[in-house]
Amino acid sequence: MIESIRGRSLLSLDELSKAAMVEVLDTAESFVEVNRRSIKKVPALKGRVVASLFFEESTRTRLSFETAAKRLSADVLSLAVASSSVKKGESLRDTIATIDALGIDAVVMRHRSSGAALQVSRYVPHVRVINGGDGQHQHPTQGLLDAFTVRQVLCERHDTTGLESGAAMFEGLRILIVGDIRHSRVARSDVAAYATLGAEVRLCAPGTLLPEEVATWPVTVVHDFDEALAWADVVGLLRLQSERGSGAFVASLDEFTFTNGLTVERARLMKPEALIMHPGPMNRGVEIDSRVVDSSRAVVERQVSNGVPIRMAVLYLSVAGSGEGQTL
Amino acid sequence: MSAIIIRQGLVVGEHSSAVADVLIVAGRIAEVAATIDAPSDAHELDARDCWVGPGFVDLHAHLREPGREAAETIESGARAGALGGYCALVAMPNTEPALDNVALVSYVLERGARTALDVAVAGAITKERRGESLAPMAEMAALGVRLFTDDGVGVQDPSVMRRALTYAKPLGVRLAQHCEDERLAAGGTMNEGALSGRLGLIGRPALAEELMVLRDIELVRLTLAPLHFLHLSTSRSIQMVIGAREEGLPVTFELAPHHFTLDESACANFDPIFKVHPPLRATSDVEALRDALRRGVIDAVATDHAPHAPELKDLAFDEAPAGMLGLEHCAALTFEALGPTADPRTFFQVLSRGPARIAQLRSSDVRVRHSAHGGSMVAGDDANVTVFDPGARWRVDRNTLESRSMNTPYDGRAMSGRVRSTIAKGRLVVDEGRLT
Repeated sequence: MIESIRGRSLLSLDELSKAAMVEVLDTAESFVEVNRRSIKKVPALKGRVVASLFFEESTRTRLSFETAAKRLSADVLSLAVASSSVKKGESLRDTIATIDALGIDAVVMRHRSSGAALQVSRYVPHVRVINGGDGQHQHPTQGLLDAFTVRQVLCERHDTTGLESGAAMFEGLRILIVGDIRHSRVARSDVAAYATLGAEVRLCAPGTLLPEEVATWPVTVVHDFDEALAWADVVGLLRLQSERGSGAFVASLDEFTFTNGLTVERARLMKPEALIMHPGPMNRGVEIDSRVVDSSRAVVERQVSNGVPIRMAVLYLSVAGSGEGQTL
Repeated sequence: MSAIIIRQGLVVGEHSSAVADVLIVAGRIAEVAATIDAPSDAHELDARDCWVGPGFVDLHAHLREPGREAAETIESGARAGALGGYCALVAMPNTEPALDNVALVSYVLERGARTALDVAVAGAITKERRGESLAPMAEMAALGVRLFTDDGVGVQDPSVMRRALTYAKPLGVRLAQHCEDERLAAGGTMNEGALSGRLGLIGRPALAEELMVLRDIELVRLTLAPLHFLHLSTSRSIQMVIGAREEGLPVTFELAPHHFTLDESACANFDPIFKVHPPLRATSDVEALRDALRRGVIDAVATDHAPHAPELKDLAFDEAPAGMLGLEHCAALTFEALGPTADPRTFFQVLSRGPARIAQLRSSDVRVRHSAHGGSMVAGDDANVTVFDPGARWRVDRNTLESRSMNTPYDGRAMSGRVRSTIAKGRLVVDEGRLT
């Protein structure tokens, strides 16, 4: 168990303790305030170099990370890398060695292959590696920002602050995750975050979209979607990962909507105060109806905006956290 | 070729073992006796506390030549093999291009003949190993090829496999199958299970192997053609083949050392060094394989030595090629798995006599100029002899391997038992654990 990500890479939420997660959420609170200032910048990582290395296409995560790094005053090296290192004929080790030779403190990376961030962290142990999503494995900052968003909304309702509440909001909280769990790195990080923070997590998906031996996960699998919707305080939806071949795992997109789509009718089964979340990009009309996305219960945009303070917190703790006692 | 006298080792015969001297003269075992007065110019090997038996035979070595000489050559593979106690290697046909015709087979045999060991060839079952149309097995058999396989992948189409068995039978050759149904394996990269699910890696289910084992046992029942099952990795697979063998079907099988040494948890750090097909399995499978090895029901241990250039193992886990080195560690790992009460006859059975019988290397063959292997350690045998020190302790260092590649999953591992000497074709090629 990792008790704090200070001075460490962030590769997966599987090994992170509750205290380590709360530390990130609490640190992010102070950066929310920074993001409200007219001058949205602090000198925390001044002079530090963060490389952003996206082997796989991404818009929002990349933008979010680079924004976070810049608001911490880090220099950002943004590298366009071919989608497959094999096609390019260069090994993962050579690619990272080249970038490391430029002098970097941290690398934010995304890769289509599970485990790629962990491999890179072995190749350059002196560089902090922040996993921005690896294959079907983990997307730790997404898991943290989802937890942060839940805590933020619930604290507002209870008229308390995130810092005061710690992980209390998650005690007994009922969270339902729906959709393509099998191919989703977000699902793996979300489950780790929510379960570690104390929530009760249920999964609902077509049998083919559940991971192997899901019984070993800290969750309950349910098959009655309607009943699960009525049960949940938070509903997290996932899109079908068609680019990972999940198309063949269900009969059709229509059928997926029939079994697991959050339609307007189904949304009525939910508790009035329940939250609807989606990590994006959304397939409107497939896993979620447009009218549901645009309802007040959906906090999708808030998830996007919370991406920046969470990633600031992760970069700050990971890169600056090892030493010099910097102030914000 | 000077005489060699191996002094006072435990000479492991087929039915019994006894401490004795072994005299080797002119490429043959001249005498085995309690004490021998050797010629004064004979090279003396002190084998006290060592096991002396027939040189090892590897049924499953990927020597990479032609096509991928950066990873291994026949020559470097033979050196690695000699260090591992091997006197004969069967070169697998998944080279580039594949060994599916007499010209390529002749090339490998020719190269092999220049090494210190006997290098036999396994030819491809189908042209280009594509699993579609039969390779010219009769022509290759006429060159002395006795084993055929598309290893790397199995022959997926059951009608092609049936035809291959029917065609091979009257030729007096044996087919060998890499059992994995690739459709069910679905491009997976590690064993399917809770761990693959957590790591987000696509799994290769045990069933992908077991279904093809089941299919091929039934094809053997239909055709009565001999079939060798390569690197079986699951408890169920070996149960099925042992059952078929007990029924009298002409089936044999091998285990690879990594499958009875390492389990799937080795993949948890996404290190492609541990990627192999069939994949490292669950602990229960590893235990079942070790148990079978100890009970003496295994036909052969084969290395599945699969060198890969370092840069290919520095790719992401799902992009890296499958396979790991084996020649230099296999004997020690087999010894370790057999346990402290290891029977030296079982040891030489699975590493030498069993594989020599499967590869039809027990008698010499002038066409391919190879000597006889897996002998009984009696006067008249061709001098292929390995001296194994069960008391030796050593540590694997990937930087000091004879293989051209470094993809050993055992780097830094403490090993017990080591090959001290290898005498191949009458020559001392390894002495005191070093190439001469």
